[in-house]
Parts: sequence; C-alpha cells; structure tokens
Amino acid sequence: MKYDVAVIGGGVVGSMILRELSRYQLKSILLERQEDVAMGASRANSAIVHAGFDAKPGTKKADFNVKGNALMETVAKELSVPFCRNGSMVLAFSDEDLETLETLRLRGEENGVPMLRILCPEEVWEKEPAISREIKGALWAPTGGIVCPYELTIGGIENAMDNGAELKTNFCVTGIRKDGDSFVVVSPEEEICASYIVNAAGLFADEIARMVGDDSFSISPRRGEYELLDKTQGTLVHATIFQPPTKMGKGILVTPTVDGNLLTGPTSEDISDKEDTETTAAGLDKVQKLAVKSVPGINYRNVITAFTGLRACPDSGDFVIGPAKGEPHLIHAAGIESPGLTSAPAIAPEIVRLLGEAGLPLHPKEDFCPNRRPFPKFREMSDEEREALVQQDPRFGKIVCRCETITEGEVLEAIHRNPPARSVDAVKRRTRAGMGRCQGGFCGPQVVEILARELGIPMDEVTKSGGKSRMLTGKTRGEGGAI
Amino acid sequence: MKKLDLVIIGGGPAGMAAAVAAYEKGVRNLLILDREPQLGGILEQCIHNGFGLHRFKEELTGPEYAARFAEKVAEYGIPCLLNTMVLDLETESDGTKIVTAVSPQEGYLKLNARAVILAMGCRERPRGALNIAGTRPAGIYTAGAAQKFVNIKGQMPGKRVVILGSGDIGLIMARRMTLEGAKVEAVCELMPYSGGLTRNIVQCLADFGIPLKLSHTVVQIHGKERVEAVTIAAVGPDRRPIPGTEEKIPCDTLLLSVGLIPENELSRQAGVEMDPVTGGAVVDENRQTSIPGVFACGNVLHVHDLVDYVSEEAEIAGKQAAAYLDGCRMDAEMFPVSGKDGVRYVVPQRIRKGAAPFALYFRVGDVYRDVRIVVECGGKTLVSRIKKKVAPGEMETLPLKAEQVSQIDGLVTVRLEQKGAE
Ligand SMILES: Cc1cc2nc3c(=O)[nH]c(=O)nc-3n(C[C@H](O)[C@H](O)[C@H](O)COP(=O)(O)OP(=O)(O)OC[C@H]3O[C@@H](n4cnc5c(N)ncnc54)[C@H](O)[C@@H]3O)c2cc1C
Ligand SMILES: Cc1cc2nc3c(=O)[nH]c(=O)nc-3n(C[C@H](O)[C@H](O)[C@H](O)COP(=O)(O)OP(=O)(O)OC[C@H]3O[C@@H](n4cnc5c(N)ncnc54)[C@H](O)[C@@H]3O)c2cc1C
Repeated sequence: MKYDVAVIGGGVVGSMILRELSRYQLKSILLERQEDVAMGASRANSAIVHAGFDAKPGTKKADFNVKGNALMETVAKELSVPFCRNGSMVLAFSDEDLETLETLRLRGEENGVPMLRILCPEEVWEKEPAISREIKGALWAPTGGIVCPYELTIGGIENAMDNGAELKTNFCVTGIRKDGDSFVVVSPEEEICASYIVNAAGLFADEIARMVGDDSFSISPRRGEYELLDKTQGTLVHATIFQPPTKMGKGILVTPTVDGNLLTGPTSEDISDKEDTETTAAGLDKVQKLAVKSVPGINYRNVITAFTGLRACPDSGDFVIGPAKGEPHLIHAAGIESPGLTSAPAIAPEIVRLLGEAGLPLHPKEDFCPNRRPFPKFREMSDEEREALVQQDPRFGKIVCRCETITEGEVLEAIHRNPPARSVDAVKRRTRAGMGRCQGGFCGPQVVEILARELGIPMDEVTKSGGKSRMLTGKTRGEGGAI
Repeated sequence: MKKLDLVIIGGGPAGMAAAVAAYEKGVRNLLILDREPQLGGILEQCIHNGFGLHRFKEELTGPEYAARFAEKVAEYGIPCLLNTMVLDLETESDGTKIVTAVSPQEGYLKLNARAVILAMGCRERPRGALNIAGTRPAGIYTAGAAQKFVNIKGQMPGKRVVILGSGDIGLIMARRMTLEGAKVEAVCELMPYSGGLTRNIVQCLADFGIPLKLSHTVVQIHGKERVEAVTIAAVGPDRRPIPGTEEKIPCDTLLLSVGLIPENELSRQAGVEMDPVTGGAVVDENRQTSIPGVFACGNVLHVHDLVDYVSEEAEIAGKQAAAYLDGCRMDAEMFPVSGKDGVRYVVPQRIRKGAAPFALYFRVGDVYRDVRIVVECGGKTLVSRIKKKVAPGEMETLPLKAEQVSQIDGLVTVRLEQKGAE
C-alpha cells in the first residue's frame, strides 16, 4: 500500500493537517503510536484559544496564534466541537504588573490582536466579581476563547476519515528509510510507504527528524500540572483569568472549561523523561496556592481530578515549520508548544502549502464535506429532542454515566464512529462518561461491559487506555454471573 | 402528563420502606422509580451478612434484607418503573412537583406528583478529592465499584491490593478480595481511628491477618499502564505525611474507601435547602425538606452505617408523606437543632412546635470514651445518657419521649461532656 502523505502524530496538529489534506485528491494516512488519538499534549493542556498578545512579534508563534484564533470559530462549528469566546484577562497585582500589562497590550496590537483594553479594578470586578480585591487592573482580550482540545482532535480526524483519509493507531514510528523516491515508514509490527511525510510527533518530533538525518533542533519536556474542579465551581469566573508573566514564569490560570468545570494550573517545570506524566504533591500544592491568589473563593474540596501535560519545548524557542534539513519531502510541524492548540487550524494549511511547494500535486476534491455529523449529546438536548431520540433508539434512554448524563447510545457511537474508541479512556474522551464527580465509579463497570460486548472480547481484556492497562485480572472463583 | 399522588425516587431500602409505609397509610396512587434493573439499591451487591440485626433480630445478607421489602412492595402491588433514571425535579408555583425521567422502555417521561420522597442513596468519593500524586494507570477503583465487579459481574479487579480508607465498604472488600484469592497487603487509614464498624474491623481484617495502618495515607501511585506499587506514609496530627516514613508497597490495585457523598444533584436542582455537614437536605422530624411535600430519607439524607436505621427513617418519611397527602400541613413554627462539643451533625435539623415524639440521629467528630451525651433546650436538659465509647463510624440515636419533646421551645443542642478525646 502506498500513500501520498503519511502524517506522524495524532495530536491536534496532526489532526488538522490530516483534515486539510483530505480536501485534496490524495491518499493520506495518520500514524499514531498510542492506541487512540489525542493522547499527548492535545489531551492535557489549558484548552485556551489564546488572543495572541503573549508571543514576541515576528515569531511564527505570534503569526499562527492570531490566525488560528480567527479560524477557530469556523473550524469548531464545522466539526461541531464546543468552543466559546469567553474572553481572557491578565491580572495586575502591583504597579510593576501594570507596566507589564501595558507591554502586553502593545505587543498584542503589534501582533494584530483586536480590541485589547486595560481595565481598572472596578471594571474587572463588575465583569468578574470573584476576582481578588488585591488587583490593580487587568488586560482584557475579548477574542480569547476556550475549546475542548481532544474533541477538536478527534473531530478533525473523524472528518478527515469521512473524506477518505486513513488512520493507524498502535503504529509507533521507529525508523524511516528511503526506497527510491518514496519513504518506508517503519514500526516494530509493520511498514508503510509514502511519498511525503509530515512530522507532527509532538515531544518526539526531534527523534523523527533524526530518523532522516536532521538534527537541527531538539525538544525537551516541560511539565504542567493541573487540578480540575466540579461544576459547582465552574461558574466562579466566566473569562479565562491569567496572572502576569514574571521572571518566574507565566503564573497559574483559572478558567471555566467548555463543559462547565473549573480548570486551574499549570505549573512549569523542566524534566527529562518525555513520558513522565505523573502529578506531584508539590506541584498540586503550588497550583492551589497560586490559583486562590487570583480567585480566593475556589473551593478545592471539589477537585475531581488532577493531571499533567507535557509541553514540547523546542530549543529554538519558536515553532519548527518547514522542510527537514536535507530531506525536502518531509515537512516538520514540530516544537508546537503553547499556543499550539490555538495555532493548529492555521498551521495545517501552511503545511499543505509547503507540501505543494515541495512537489505534492494538490487537486481539490469536489465532494469534500467540511462538516462532521454532530456527536449526540443527550445532556445538552431539549425535552423534545430527547423524547424524539429515545423514541427512535431506546439505547439513548439508558443512562450509563449519571454524573454527566451520558447514555448507552452515546457510548455505542463512540465505539462505532471514527476514530473508533477501543478503551475506557477513549470512550471517556468522546462521551464524557467517567469525567464527572464520581470519576467512573458508577459507569466504569458498565462501560467495560459494553466495550467487551461490542468488541467481542472477554471483559478482562478491556483496557483503560490500550497496551497492558487492563481493567480486570480475570474471573472470580465463583466464575462470574450473578451470585 | 401522568398524575400521581406520590413519587419515590430510588428503590433501595429507603425507597421501598417509604413506599410500603405510605401504602399502609392509605396512599394508592404512588410509583417507585429506580435506575437499576431491580429494586434493592446498594444492598444487591452486598452479599455478605450482617444486615437486619436490629430490625429482624437475625443476620441477613444484603439481598435477603432487600427481598423482605421487595416482597411487601409486590404484595401490595406498588408499581415500580425500573431501568428508569430520574433526571430532574421541579416544583411548580402551585406546589405540584414535576419529575422528569428516562428509560429505554418508557422513553422520556414527565410525571406530575403531589408529593415526592427522595431516596437516591449515596455515591463514593473518588480519587480526585484526595489529591494523590503520581500516575493515573488502570487498577484504581472505589471499593464499591470493585464490589460491583466481583459480586455482580464475577470479575476480579486485581490480585494484589492496597486499600485506602477503612470505611465499611473498604473493610468488607478486604475480606471479599481475600476470599477470592487476592492478597490484601494493607488497609491504610488517614485518621487515628477507623471509620468503619468495630465488628467489620474484627471480622474482615483481624480474622484474615490484614494489617490496618492507622494514621497512614497513600502519597504516591506508581505504574504507567497498570498500578505497580503505591507509596504510603505515616501522617502527623495535622494529617500531613511525615517525611522519612514512606514505604513502597508493590501491588496491582488500589481500592478507595474514603467516604460516601449523598447523591443530591436532584435535590439541589429542585432548590431543597442543604446541610453542608451531612451533604443531605435539611429536614424536620417528619423528614420533610424545605420544600413542602418533598421528603428525604436513607443515605441521600445522611450516610447510615446500618440499613436498619435506613428503614426506620424511611418509614417516617413514608407515613408523613401520606399525612401530607391527606391535607395535613406541616408549617408550624420550627426550632433549630444543632450539635456542638464533639457532635458533628444532628438529624433532624429542625423540630416543629408541638411535634410528636421522635428520635435524634447524630454523629461525633472523633473517638471519645466515657462521655455523657446531653440534649438541651434553653438551659434545660431534656435527656442525657452515658456512653462507654462513641466513634465517627457509628451513628448514635437518642429517642425523645413526649414529655421531653413538649419542653422544646427554642434551639435544641446535642453535645458531649467528656474527660478527653483519645
Ligand atoms: C501544559 C500545557 C498547556 C497548554 N496550554 C495551551 C493553551 O491553553 N492554548 C494553546 O493554544 N496551546 C496550549 N498548549 C499547547 C498545545 O497543547 C500543543 O501545542 C498541542 O496540543 C500540540 O499538538 P501536537 O499535535 O503537536 O502534539 P501532541 O498532542 O503531543 O501529539 C503528538 C502525537 O504524536 C504521537 N507520536 C509521537 N511519537 C510518535 C511516533 N514515533 N510514532 C507515531 N506517533 C508518535 C504522540 O503519541 C502524540 O499523540 C499547552 C500545552 C501544554 C503541555
Ligand atoms: C458496601 C456496603 C456495605 C454495607 N454493609 C452493611 C451491613 O453490613 N449492615 C448494614 O446494616 N448496612 C450496611 N450497609 C449500609 C446500607 O446498605 C445502606 O445504608 C442502605 O443500602 C442505604 O439505603 P438507601 O435506600 O438510602 O440507598 P441505596 O441502597 O443506595 O438505594 C438508592 C437507590 O436509588 C436509586 N437512584 C439514585 N438516584 C436515582 C435517580 N436519579 N433515578 C433513579 N434511581 C435513582 C439507586 O439506583 C438505588 O437503587 C452497607 C452499605 C454498603 C455500600
């Protein structure tokens, strides 16, 4: 099987690129080493669609950030992914901070960010009454937004697949060799051939580059820890609340999520292991201490989970976008650290343009459909919609996850739609079953049972997230069934 | 819209006992709703015995105890809709309650009820609330989820287990997992005492040689795909880990039994006034909530350790709902009840003027020995009783007689007089 393009990495960047490629008459495939897509930085980040005042003018980050922000609304609508332009605020706690805000405002204007304004404390409190009384003002960016990053990734891949693109999960690229004009992309289990490669491998993009002899950049992991709170805390603030960047880092943000929870974090710590997604006691402590500086009323008894995201920091400090050194048919979309989520919709067309420049023929597909069929969300439906849905398919009348009101019908869609869910966490990312207050205590056993039934495997082969992460270790002595 | 006199949300022991009591008081147009495929609530997965000692003077298993009530429900022909999840509860301006529910068989339902009994039970506190550092691999379950896997689905959640929290479910599961061939390495408890019943500590841990590590907690979880070990540590009086006491225990499973939370999302949506300490509704001695015609009982009101008291409480709610439907209005002046000096909470939280005799249910915040429990009102002692030991894991009850109740004319307090906490 020979492909025109192989995209390595199923994060939001790879997803948007695959979708962009599916607009053209091409055979494209996405290769992901994990058992599901959106398993890297794209599932564990702040989920902010940045306005664009952070990055230094003239950098790729600044450029793609502002363009991506403008594109996000359309992309989210087409893919029917939750997105909300809730606005962002950077708080100032001192006179020195006020100067920082002014710098940010000027920088934002230079980057092309519209409608930036410095608010006095009274204006801030009027918008956001829960904000600390210690503040001296805030920078207000109404174009800031929030999005669901893994749903965006999954939605982009589904839409690409609907338009003919392919996906292979559990495909860890361990080598690339040349066979005439084309590449042979190697994993421990199989090989595929492709004329062009896009490197969107996140933290591992430097290793992919080295596979074709390009050692022009390296990427190191920086840990960011978060705590996510129950929906009771989700309405404390409406906008995304940043702290002023200082020499010590960017500070801790407090933001609602598109699903109505409250997210606080991240810390910022350079580490050496690219797979170390542990949370630490010290990190979580720090998140709490700093978040209440911005919003003193956060009740941390309502934490429902903590997680870590790893930033893929390039040594150059800017996104690495362009052909590999010495290998013009491999295009990098590498070092995509923050604001990479925001930038992804703008990076994708640029990568396709670069592929065209490198010689890939780009003939638009006449029947390309940009819209993804909405994922049914019982919890968000009106009475009439619910009634109709249950009547049409009774499986939408069976509530599997009580905290988030997720039905069996939704779990089945997650398993049977593209990209298919094969594990408990994959179902969770697509449906939210298990993401609520009880964190899967109630729905866990049911989701395991449904997965086993639908995949035709015994319950004890169902995994939490692929590999050896089995949920169960075998039958009981009584050998199952009701006792 | 279907019109009913009484809708009971939840068909566990509380819901069933309330329905039976209401029926016996003459309510005929009633309906029990439960999301599970059978009545019985959490008891269906509690196949150990130890239920019903107070009520039936014999040791029943959970399903046997539930069956006694389910049989009554069937005998009276009380209708039940199973596999039916209640999604919403609202009160109209004329006092009518609208219950929204959904089921695969019945579809999307709106029911109109004159009175509602809340009997939704409780759920377990998850890991997030504990803030344990480390990875998030497979093999971390609440004890109740593990119990469901083992007892209902016939599946083992793991082979080598550490349990955090010594609540009753954790203790029961320590024994259950051992009987199923798993090795339970330890039960860690943050507090210097167990949150479970003494009899469970003896029968589930001591009899099987499972160590109970008091004043210990899990500080880190290891393992990328499946749990490979946990690190535990001793905690000081501030409940914070003491550096240097860490011990890494290899295991493939961590079970959490760190508390139960009344399942009150519906009550909150409906606007019922809540007690932040119990996590349940604020009720009067009739178990009526702040919304007239809405009653609450069982674990949704406050977490019980013994189902016998759940049934007792539910019968009060059932009877009083019947009285409400008969037109009896419970809007007399109310006197607040509160706990102090070691008493963490008291149910009911309010008493109506002229109330009939009733009992106070309460929990203490620490282990105390040789204490006197004192119930006072306006400087008068209504009742006092000496106890050899009281503990947070065991709910206390104290009945008040007619002549004591008649003396209530203001704030009632329940407090402990003692020589000193352990
Ligand atoms: C803590 C944190 C907070 C952030 N906050 C924001 C924010 O608020 N707003 C914003 O715009 N951006 C934010 N970002 C940045 C954003 O999350 C990333 O830029 C974006 O997710 C990067 O997407 P990606 O597809 O490049 O990488 P990833 O999502 O990491 O995807 C890379 C994929 O490649 C796969 N892969 C790696 N090696 C191989 C291989 N050899 N073979 C096959 N597959 C391979 C990986 O498994 C992974 O799935 C944040 C990042 C972090 C870490
Ligand atoms: C593991 C364990 C061990 C125990 N051991 C003992 C023991 O040894 N001895 C003893 O006396 N007691 C024991 N108990 C305590 C006793 O089981 C409980 O106190 C009792 O079951 C509580 O009854 P309930 O009806 O309030 O709640 P539950 O039994 O939890 O019933 C609540 C019901 O409401 C339903 N429900 C909830 N929300 C909705 C909704 N929105 N829509 C529809 N239905 C809903 C649920 O499905 C459930 O069936 C134990 C409890 C547990 C969990």
